[in-house]
Amino acid sequence: MPSESTPAPGEQPVGSGEASEDAAETDGGHETGLQAHTIRLELVDEPGQLLAALKPIADNGANLLSIFHERGSLTPRGRIPVEVDIECPPDRFEGILEDLRDRGVNVIQADAEEYGDEVTLVLVGHLVDTDLSDTLKNIQDCSEASVADIDLSAPAGAGSSAHSSARLRLRAHAGETASVIETVREVAAEKDIDVIAPLEGRR
Amino acid sequence: MRLCVLGAGAVGRSVAELAPEYGHTVTALADSSSAVVDPDGLDVETALAHKDADEALGDASPGDALAAEFDVLVEATPTTLGDAEPGFSHLRAALERDRHVVLANKGPVAERYADVRELETDSAGEVYFEATVGGAIPVCATVDDLGAEHVSAVRGVLNGTANFVLSRMAAEGLDYDHVLAEAQDLGVAEADPSFDVEGTDAALKCVILANVLREADCDSLEELRAVEVSLADAEVEGIRDIPGSALELAAEDGRTVRLVGEATRDGVTVGPRLVPENGTLSVTGTRNIVEIDHEYAGGLAISGRGAGGEETASAVLADVARLE
Repeated sequence: MPSESTPAPGEQPVGSGEASEDAAETDGGHETGLQAHTIRLELVDEPGQLLAALKPIADNGANLLSIFHERGSLTPRGRIPVEVDIECPPDRFEGILEDLRDRGVNVIQADAEEYGDEVTLVLVGHLVDTDLSDTLKNIQDCSEASVADIDLSAPAGAGSSAHSSARLRLRAHAGETASVIETVREVAAEKDIDVIAPLEGRR
Repeated sequence: MRLCVLGAGAVGRSVAELAPEYGHTVTALADSSSAVVDPDGLDVETALAHKDADEALGDASPGDALAAEFDVLVEATPTTLGDAEPGFSHLRAALERDRHVVLANKGPVAERYADVRELETDSAGEVYFEATVGGAIPVCATVDDLGAEHVSAVRGVLNGTANFVLSRMAAEGLDYDHVLAEAQDLGVAEADPSFDVEGTDAALKCVILANVLREADCDSLEELRAVEVSLADAEVEGIRDIPGSALELAAEDGRTVRLVGEATRDGVTVGPRLVPENGTLSVTGTRNIVEIDHEYAGGLAISGRGAGGEETASAVLADVARLE
């Protein structure tokens, strides 16, 4: 009876050293700490180019979120624009860009899209009289979310005893909306502002 | 079954009136000042006609009803907070006589859940309380059928008055005070609406559900006593301070605001929430909805009438049927 199992062909033997340490690990896309990025590429219209462009992404353990590849629309130089959305740990992104350039892929733009989720809230209170821009600044500083959009409705005008409302769209790091909502509630409570939030942690 | 009905408000009287249709006999019916008792089954219509004429239900005193011959006590007196009296004592008296209890009164299971279960353990009688949550909607029975241990959350719109006010404010662009006055004229809101619009009523229902969920993880009464929740443990926010402008801003973004209560093993929260305008939870008018998150079944939703005499009586009588 063999005391050790023999690895199947192609399988990584257990404890074979550095190889497994270095191997890129994906996480199924659920781990927080992943950053979403959009990379715009231009490919030469030759077979195999798209595959060549995607390989560095897989090799570096990034999750491919979407590819927008419109073969019919060519750039003035006759190349095919491709937009790729990926998700990877922050320290992997530079490596992916390097590998792409090493393979001769033309990287046009590489944005570090820091925020993966959005959350919409409505604030209710004396918003103008309690310095709305200061409130927004506190929300950004404390929650690490960014204010993407705001809509204010103060039908009775500032200084009135009636409450005003503001709809706020915040960009948050992926998977962190619940904690962002919690922080907004804390910040708002300091100014007696009520927060109407979506249901947290709902499946 | 022979029923003793305590409380002759909308729910109590509907239970008494509908009982014969469900094959039951009412042997006692009491309100806070008088009672009518007949071991062979009493004349419900005559007793209620007396009450409608501002007379006593019958010659007996309210205490006589509890001492009467019955199989099931239907406790439909008004919900009280804190020690949940006198509802709790009514329940105790029935269980000590080894009789079953069906609650429409939320007090005992919202404020003294473990006390209720302890009395039930020492009795041959059982306690059911479907009517305490969501009126006609079979919430407790569904959670029980699905296995409470596999249910992670129950949430929903559980107060018709608050929902009427919010949905009408959103639809007509009216302010809170105007819509509330309208609701009071229609009889949808009471003269003192605070119980409904401050979220207390929805919170009591969620507290009951949280107790049901937590009970599923307990092996003993001591464990249950350690984890039971009451109204004081709930985080509750009402709808009083919501201006029309907040609903308008929500609507511009395809959303609306609903007073949503949620019960999980972590606890109970009730407050105004942003929900998709055409989503499951945005029921309109006095309608209620309950959403159940189940480990294997996924999300389930049941919508229906969350209040009303006959509607709530249907839940009471469903509980009575479970005891047969």
